[in-house]
Amino acid sequence: MNSYLLKRVMVLIPVLIGMTIIVFSIIHAIPGDPAETILGQKATEQSKQALREQLGLDKPWLNQYINYMGDLLQGDLGTSIRTKTPIVKEILPYLAATLELTAASMIFATIVGVNVGILSAWRQNSWFDYTAMVIALIGVSMPIFWLGLMEQLIFSLKLDWLPSIGRMDQRNPVESVTNLYVIDTILAGNWSQLWTVIKHLILPSIALGTIPMAIIARMTRSSMLEVMNSDYIRTAKAKGLSQFLVVYKHALKNALIPVLTVIGLQTGALLGGAVLTETIFAWPGVGRYIFEAISSRDYPVIQTGILIIAFIFVFINLLVDLLYSAIDPRINYK
Amino acid sequence: MTQAATNVNATPPNVPEEKVSGPWRDAWKAFRKNKTAMVGLGIIVFFVLIALLAPFIAPYGFKEQELVNRLKAPSSAHWFGTDDLGRDLFTRVIYGARISLWVGFFSVIGSIVVGTFLGVLAGFYGKWIDMLISRMFDILLAFPSILLAIAIVAILGPSLQNALYAIAIVNVPTYGRLVRSKVLSLKSEEYVTAARAIGMKNSRILISHILPNSITPIIVQGTLGIATAIIEAAALGFLGLGAQPPDPEWGKMLSDSRQFISKAPWTVLFPGLSIMLTVIGFNLMGDGLRDILDPRMKN
Repeated sequence: MNSYLLKRVMVLIPVLIGMTIIVFSIIHAIPGDPAETILGQKATEQSKQALREQLGLDKPWLNQYINYMGDLLQGDLGTSIRTKTPIVKEILPYLAATLELTAASMIFATIVGVNVGILSAWRQNSWFDYTAMVIALIGVSMPIFWLGLMEQLIFSLKLDWLPSIGRMDQRNPVESVTNLYVIDTILAGNWSQLWTVIKHLILPSIALGTIPMAIIARMTRSSMLEVMNSDYIRTAKAKGLSQFLVVYKHALKNALIPVLTVIGLQTGALLGGAVLTETIFAWPGVGRYIFEAISSRDYPVIQTGILIIAFIFVFINLLVDLLYSAIDPRINYK
Repeated sequence: MTQAATNVNATPPNVPEEKVSGPWRDAWKAFRKNKTAMVGLGIIVFFVLIALLAPFIAPYGFKEQELVNRLKAPSSAHWFGTDDLGRDLFTRVIYGARISLWVGFFSVIGSIVVGTFLGVLAGFYGKWIDMLISRMFDILLAFPSILLAIAIVAILGPSLQNALYAIAIVNVPTYGRLVRSKVLSLKSEEYVTAARAIGMKNSRILISHILPNSITPIIVQGTLGIATAIIEAAALGFLGLGAQPPDPEWGKMLSDSRQFISKAPWTVLFPGLSIMLTVIGFNLMGDGLRDILDPRMKN
């Protein structure tokens, strides 16, 4: 296992380096003069030159990359052109907001997806199965930005049940310690505020979690169907075990292995979808941070934001791979 | 003896059927029996017809503004209502089908052409070429796809054309990997060894043996890929990084109208429904095709 871990991490190194090259090249791939693109056509030659020096664009490409990597390894993620603040300082609260949203979405997607998948397989070809699979099909085909807008229309504007934007009540701000507001409010023992925070989380996490929920439901169903036809399940049934126990205890254990892979992969994919959800729900996360940087041509922020999300994505995939072997003892990487 | 001779000459009753059967005809027969695939095809044909016949169906011009009729609810004059500039939404949704199908179709064609080329290079020639191309695929796949597309558009500048390029580039590795693995498995088939033994050139082996046999998974993946590409294009449009005004792109229409959502919900309802329906069509057809053409890919 340890040697596998080592090998797996070694394979990752060229990928990670490749990713830094791509992200580093974003600013160099801008057609024409990047300094002019960032500052606009009316900028003076002096300010353009200053920006070139600040970004190191006046040095040879290789030197620039070596400097960039050196800075990265020392934890210097660059400085935002717009706010003139080091990105490493700025990005943490955004990252926490995205993390909270992603976690909530994944909890929703997993709980609903797995249970719907199980029930669908259990009652195969019933009306529940058909309805669930039609909903799952609609779910995978759903543009999440549209789902978000429809949720806002129905649950905030028409029914007025849930807030449509933001993370909390602006008049009664949360004291942030971890920037994960659910945890912060629990730490402070402020239960009414916890409820407000959760209410703000519901709509965006359903919007973001719908596609993974549908994919998980489909995967769980097909995986359960395969397992339910196997001999040991027939034996368990023959022993006179209750249906519930057979399904949830015996079948689920084996059916869950491919489902877990999907859950892991979807968690990574959520990070990309977060850009859209955060834009709609004015959620102050990394996705929105990147999006705002694009509209103000703040390239260092675009680069760093993308790099951080991509690194998390790679890390989650690695974790899934390792988890896979830990859960299924039949998989041996030696 | 005479009996045997007549037997040989007699035409077996099933010959005419065998004559007309072939892999594509069999697939079409199976396809017609597959309900989900047929529903998918129906939806796709519907939208393709709408896109092709847009100038004949649309009651107004997609740029035509009637400022007195701003944000009017659906009526007999404006079936889907009007937007904030008094443009007929029904017309704009119809013309939007052109844009979405165009981006979906051509970005996937682009990804398939480049992906197949790289996948064949990697799988057929192996060694350092394979190493280089496979690592490149790994790196591209390590980014969440929409994020990479956003980065590419951020570089090239926001436009529909650039959104199409971005979506095509982002999806190259999917097809590249598929073709590579197919080529690797086909390379060791006996008929390829035989072709090599009779002195066939690499290029001819590739064109007449390997490529035709890799086409089924590409068709399946390509159909599902159009669905993804349409959503990605709409997402880029929604973020303002794809189609620019006054192009009636569905995603862009959503973002332009979202500020009027409570006053004029129809402005966001119809473009979104159209995106979803089109995507459902391609997903259904892709799922059906997979069941028919490539049963091993089925979950």
